[in-house]
Amino acid sequence: MNDPAVEDWPGDPWDQRVASALSFLRRRLSGQYEVDEFGFDPELTDHVFYPVLRRLYHDWFRTEVFGLENLPDDGAGLVVGNHSGTVAMDALMLSIAVHDGHPKARHLRLLGADLVFRVPVLSELTRKSGGTVACNPDAERLLSSGELVGVFPEGFKGVGKHYRDRYKLQRFGRGGFVSAALRTGTPIVPVAIVGAEEIYPILGDLKPLARLLKLPYFPVTPTFPWLGPLGLVPLPSKWLIEFCPPIPTADLVDYADDPMVIFNLADQVRETIQQTLHHLLEKRPDPFGR
Amino acid sequence: MTAALGVVVVTGISRYLGAHVAARLAADDRVGRVVGLDPNEPTAEIQRLLGGVEQVRADAASVPTVVAELDAEVVVHLSLVTSPEPGGRAAMKEHNVIGTMQLLAACQQASHLRKLVMRSSTAAYGASFRDPAVFTEDTEPRQVPRGGFARDILDVEGYLRGFRRRRPEVSATVLRFAPFIGSTADTTLTRYFAQPLVPTVLGRDPRLQFLHVDDALEALHRSVVEDHPGTYNVAGAGVLALSQAIRRAGRLAVPVFEPGLSAAATLAGGLRLGRYGLDQLDLFVHGRVVDTTRLVEEYGFEPRTTAAAFDDFIRRHADRSLVTADQLATAERAILDGIRRVRATAAKESS
Repeated sequence: MNDPAVEDWPGDPWDQRVASALSFLRRRLSGQYEVDEFGFDPELTDHVFYPVLRRLYHDWFRTEVFGLENLPDDGAGLVVGNHSGTVAMDALMLSIAVHDGHPKARHLRLLGADLVFRVPVLSELTRKSGGTVACNPDAERLLSSGELVGVFPEGFKGVGKHYRDRYKLQRFGRGGFVSAALRTGTPIVPVAIVGAEEIYPILGDLKPLARLLKLPYFPVTPTFPWLGPLGLVPLPSKWLIEFCPPIPTADLVDYADDPMVIFNLADQVRETIQQTLHHLLEKRPDPFGR
Repeated sequence: MTAALGVVVVTGISRYLGAHVAARLAADDRVGRVVGLDPNEPTAEIQRLLGGVEQVRADAASVPTVVAELDAEVVVHLSLVTSPEPGGRAAMKEHNVIGTMQLLAACQQASHLRKLVMRSSTAAYGASFRDPAVFTEDTEPRQVPRGGFARDILDVEGYLRGFRRRRPEVSATVLRFAPFIGSTADTTLTRYFAQPLVPTVLGRDPRLQFLHVDDALEALHRSVVEDHPGTYNVAGAGVLALSQAIRRAGRLAVPVFEPGLSAAATLAGGLRLGRYGLDQLDLFVHGRVVDTTRLVEEYGFEPRTTAAAFDDFIRRHADRSLVTADQLATAERAILDGIRRVRATAAKESS
């Protein structure tokens, strides 16, 4: 049934775009795609989530990246970053920095607090974009299958801190991320992220409301909740991301249960990130500059 | 060749799984005598399978005497009910928990018993938001599940741990099965996917794993004729998201607000309407994925993948699909051709 009026237009970019969009839609509607055991849907991530985030990354936050050569070419790596910015925007921008900067376009598999997985919709978006619950079994499973894993040991202490504490790293919890790296012999890549602190500066925390809503904090920023939904627009700060040289752990596998080794290593990672943050801040005198 | 195994007792032969396992064992010449225990009379359809199987009508109270008299060498415990129909939740718990307790008490007394094979479920891992994505056999449940069946499973496995301590010389195999699917399986879940409109939980897209029911039979058969003491996850490799499974089956998802579903499930349970209980709801909020490395290494047997098992189910139930993959492909072709035709005309006019 070849209609002579209908021909392929080889080389026509619009024809290719339409054809690939339609076939994408068909695959999605008939369920013909793969998800891994964590629920990661690479097709949806590459074609829907990342393009949206990429616009924010380039046009809104004007992100610059340094030290990409410190990411492992292939095989496992544990990327440990500072956390800030009221919502976990820094984690999303970090995934774009890794995916678009890495020669093999690797996906960063994020570890999130269990609160994320309690919330309908958000939990599923997180899983489909490659995230999972921050717990040792999941971290070790991802690392032993050679994935690049991203973790923020400060957790809510980092994202929910007051604006006056910006770029001051909070406590690093129990160092579970270090023991996961040691057990699997994975190198740790510290990463410093500058810019997320200014997107929603927290000036106050409505604790009673947070308790009522079972949230770790209820932020008050210059625009939220005063401007309603408009207050959800992040301020356009300038972002800098720097990956630091990897810390090898292969020779420490036997010390995975030694609290001294774990605390020292966690401290070393924390210090590295803190110092890199100071360097980056010197490079960026104006938080909202070009 | 002389039979390697003497008397094999199978419980729950009035149901699909028990009947098929008993029939397979009876057809295996390594097995001497197969005796099926069940309080209920099997239906005519099931009865046809049970040619070489001796049948004993025994309720929970008379099981100890029967097991003792038979001098069983192997006991295969499959008599668990997964949903409260017909007799309600109380009868279900009585059957699962008290029934297993009494059977294990009888097994403890049986002096010639060499092996115990028990059916369990991956529901044993409970359901919590702090759960790891993939359960290994050593994962402890973090939260007691809401569903009745899952709680029964936790109780039953608890009794089995006690049995292992008291009779360490008996080889005890526990198979934690993922939900069954396949062209012949008839379970709450297969009935769920067979409907054209499928209710789901709003904002949740759980990761599911299935086990082809024939692979469940194979694993049980091997557990009886080979020696594999221990606890094993049995599931098809790979994962389907619920939304993906619904699309592959050509059904339409109808998302429902979760608190409403919980209330409906509780109400349905109370009124004994319960086809879908809190067990299904827990699964549809949290999903459940297990690691089967231990099974594959120990048994040298790999169940067909979750996707393949689900495909087998779809082929059987294709008649109730609303949208098929072929229709979508035709639509794709038609739209693409349409757009090309319009553009070709436009190009001709402008030139």
